[in-house]
Amino acid sequence: MIAEYGHMALIVALCLSIAQAIVPMAGSFAGYRTWMRLGHSLAIGQLVFVAISFACLTAAFVQDDFSLQYVANNSNTLLPTQFKISAVWGAHEGSLLLWALILAVWSAAVALFSNHLPLVLSSRVLSILGAISVGFGLFILLTSNPFARILPFSPTEGGDLNPLLQDFGLIVHPPMLYMGYVGFSVAFAFAVAALIGGQFDSAWARWARPWINSAWVFLTIGITLGSWWAYYELGWGGWWFWDPVENASLMPWLVGTALVHSISVTEKRGAFRSWTLLLAILAFSLSLLGTFLVRSGVLTSVHAFANDPERGIFILAFLGLVVGSSLLLFALRGPVVQQHRAAADAVSYSGLSREMMLLLNNVLLVSAMAMILIGTLYPLIADVLDLGKISVGPPYFNFFFVPMTLGLMVAMGFAVFSRWKKTDAQLLRQKGMVPFLISLSAALILPLFLADSISWASYSITAVITLGASFWVLTMSLEDLWQKLDRGSSKASSKLKNIGKLPGSYWGMQCAHIGIAVCALGVGLSSVYDVQKDVRMVPGDRVAVAGYEFSFDSLDYVQGPNFGASRGQISAYKNERLVAVLYPEKRKYEARNQVMTEAALDAGLTRDLYVSLGEPLKGDAWAIRLHVKPFVRCIWLGGLMIGLGGLLSVMDKRYRRRKPSTQSSSQSSSQSSSQSSAQLKAQADATVAAAQ
Amino acid sequence: MHPLRKQRLQLVILLVASAALVIGLVIYMLRENGNFFYTPAQIISGEAPQNTFLRAGGMVVDASVLRSEDSLWVQFKITDGVEMLTIEHTGILPDLFAEGEAAIASGKVDENLVLQATQILAKHDEKYTPPEVADAMNEAYKQKEAAKTGSYK
Repeated sequence: MIAEYGHMALIVALCLSIAQAIVPMAGSFAGYRTWMRLGHSLAIGQLVFVAISFACLTAAFVQDDFSLQYVANNSNTLLPTQFKISAVWGAHEGSLLLWALILAVWSAAVALFSNHLPLVLSSRVLSILGAISVGFGLFILLTSNPFARILPFSPTEGGDLNPLLQDFGLIVHPPMLYMGYVGFSVAFAFAVAALIGGQFDSAWARWARPWINSAWVFLTIGITLGSWWAYYELGWGGWWFWDPVENASLMPWLVGTALVHSISVTEKRGAFRSWTLLLAILAFSLSLLGTFLVRSGVLTSVHAFANDPERGIFILAFLGLVVGSSLLLFALRGPVVQQHRAAADAVSYSGLSREMMLLLNNVLLVSAMAMILIGTLYPLIADVLDLGKISVGPPYFNFFFVPMTLGLMVAMGFAVFSRWKKTDAQLLRQKGMVPFLISLSAALILPLFLADSISWASYSITAVITLGASFWVLTMSLEDLWQKLDRGSSKASSKLKNIGKLPGSYWGMQCAHIGIAVCALGVGLSSVYDVQKDVRMVPGDRVAVAGYEFSFDSLDYVQGPNFGASRGQISAYKNERLVAVLYPEKRKYEARNQVMTEAALDAGLTRDLYVSLGEPLKGDAWAIRLHVKPFVRCIWLGGLMIGLGGLLSVMDKRYRRRKPSTQSSSQSSSQSSSQSSAQLKAQADATVAAAQ
Repeated sequence: MHPLRKQRLQLVILLVASAALVIGLVIYMLRENGNFFYTPAQIISGEAPQNTFLRAGGMVVDASVLRSEDSLWVQFKITDGVEMLTIEHTGILPDLFAEGEAAIASGKVDENLVLQATQILAKHDEKYTPPEVADAMNEAYKQKEAAKTGSYK
C-alpha cells in the first residue's frame, strides 16, 4: 500500500504545483494580495507531498518491496541499508523524483525566506517555480513512474543496484549536483519575474544574488565530488574524461560562474543588466540540457544506462518550451529593462576597470562553455545530418579549455586590484611587479625539484606554465589581502582587528580564487608527473614506479555482504621504508554477476599511490595497474575551496537584513547600501506597479 | 573617414576576423579530434581509412580472446553479424568486458586490417548496449535479411 500512497502524494503535489503556477501569477496581475500570498503556502504544501512521496519510495526500498518495478531493478535483499536508501536515486525514475524533491525544497525556501521581497516579485518567482514543477511532475507521472507495479507475478529477489553505484559517492554526489542544477531554476525564476515586471535594478540583483550563489556552491561541490568519485570508483585513476555527461554539468557551472560575477556588477554598479538576465536563463537552460543528455541516452557516455526514447522527447520538448518562451520574453521585455537603465544612467566605465575585468571573465567563461557545447553536441548533429558516427576526443576540449583557463587566471590576478570605473595602469604595474617576479622564479625553479632527476628531458614546460599561473593568482590575492589588512596602521594587532572588518564576500572571493589556483596546480602537476604502469605480477614480485617500490605480497579471497572479492595485498616502499599497505579488490557482485574493480589508494597532499587489480592471468599472475599521482588531491581541495568561497559570500552580512534596520548605514561594501531596504522595497513595489 | 566611424570599422573588422579565426579553429579541431565509428564490415571491406584514429564496435566473438603468457597483450575478435574484426591491445581490459558482450575499441587499423587499440570500452551496465553497436548490429541484420529474401526470388 505504501507505494500507492506515494503515487497519490505525487499526484497531489502535481495538482498543488499547477495551482502554484497559476494563482499567484494571476493574482500579481489582478492585484489580489491574497492570491499572491497563496503561492507561499502552496510551495510549502507541495514540498510536504513530494517529501511524502519520496519517503514512500524510500520505504519501499528499505522493505524490499520487489513488486515495484523500480525497486526490483535496483535493489536486492543483500544490499546494505545505506545503499538501499541511496539506490532510491540510483536510476532514472528515482533520480527524477529527487529532482522534483529538490525543486520543492528550493521553492519552499524561497517561500520562507522572501519576506523582505516585494510580494509581486516573490509571488511571480514562486509561480514560475511552480510551472517548472508542473513540467517535472508530469514527466515523472507520464513517462517515468517509480511506483509502477509488476503484478501479479512480482519477483522475490531484486536485480541489485549497479555495483559502481554501491558507494559513498552515490549517497552524496547526485543530491549535491541536483541542488546546484535545480538551484539555477530559482535564478531563472527571478530573471523571468524581473522580465515580466520590468523591474530590474541593483535591488533585484541583491535579492537574487544569495540564491544564485548558493546554487553555484552546490554545483561546485557536486562536480568536485563527482570527479573524486570517478577517480576512486571507476578504478582507473582518471578524474575527468570530457564525457558528455560531465560536460553537461560543467557547462551550467561555467555560465553560473559568469553569472556570479556579472550579478556583482549589476548589484554594485547597475551595469550588465540584460546580460545578467540572459546568463540566468542560460544557466538553467543548460541544466535542463544536461538532464536531457543524461536521461535520453542519445550520447555514448559512461553515465548512459538503459533508456527510453520517449523520455528524451519529453525533456527535449520541455527544454524547447522553457528556452523558447524565456528568450521570447527576453526579446520582448529586454528593452524595458534597458530603459530603466537609461533613467539611472550613471553607469560608465573605462578600458581598464573592474567592470572590464569582469566583462573579460564573462567573455572567457561563456566562450569556454560554447566550445564545450559545440564539442558535446557535434556528434549528435553529425548523426542527425548523417555525417557518420563521431565522438569528439579530449584533445579538442583541452585545446580550447586550457588556454582559456590560463587567460582567466592571468586576468584574475589583476582583477583583484582593479577598481570600479577606472583603474590606473601604473597602479596595476606597480602591484603586479613583486608577484610577477615571485611567480616567474617559482615557475622556473620548482619543476627542477618536482621531476625525478635534474635534466632537460624531465623539465616540463606544462609544469612551468601551471606553476606560473597558480603562483600568480596566489601571490596577487595574498598581496591584496595584506594591503587590505594594512589599512590604518601596520601594527599586527590592528591587522587582526581588520580581519573581522572585511566583508564575507571579500573573503569568499579570495578563497574561491585561491581555490582555482590550487585546483589548477593539481590538474597541471598531476597530469605532468603522473606515472602509470600496467604490469603482470605474481605474489612475491616487486616493481619500481617513480621512486616507489610496490611489492605484491599475497592474494586472498574475502566475502562481502553481497559480493565476493579477490583481494590483493600490496606494500609500497620508499627508500626501503614501508609507506603504505594497499588492499585493492576485484569484486564479483552475485545478483548481477558483475565484476568490479575496487582500487586501493594511499592519499596524501603531495601524492596519491593508487593500485588496482586488473584481471587474473595464467596461474597466480595478475594484471596490476600501479599509479603514482603527485598533487592529484589539490584538484578536489581546490574545488572545495571554490565552494567554500561561494558559501562565505552567501553568508555576507548584507544579504541577511530581513527587516528594515537602522544599522544598514554601517555597511560600507555596497554602493546602494545607504538606502535602507525599506526604501528599496517601497521603490521596487512602486516600479513593479508602474510597469503594469 | 570620420574618426569615430574609422574606430567602429576597425572594431567590426577585428570582431569579424577573430570570429572567423575561432570558427576556423573549432572546425579544424573537430575534424582532427572527431573519431569516426566504423562497423567491422566497413573495416574489412576497406571502407575505413588505415592509420587514422577511429572507433569500432560490435559483439566480442565467443572463444576469441587470446592472452599472452608473460605480458598484458591480448587479442580478440568482434563482430557485427557480418564480418569479424581482429583487435589487439596491451593493457587491462574493463570490468564488463566479456565474450558475447558489446565492446567498443578505439585505435588505428594497420595494414593487416587488425585494429591496434589504445582503449577498450565495454558497456557500463548489463542492460545497456552502446547505440553505435546496436545500430551496427541492426543494420547488418537487415542486410542479411534482405540478402536472404533476395536469394529466394
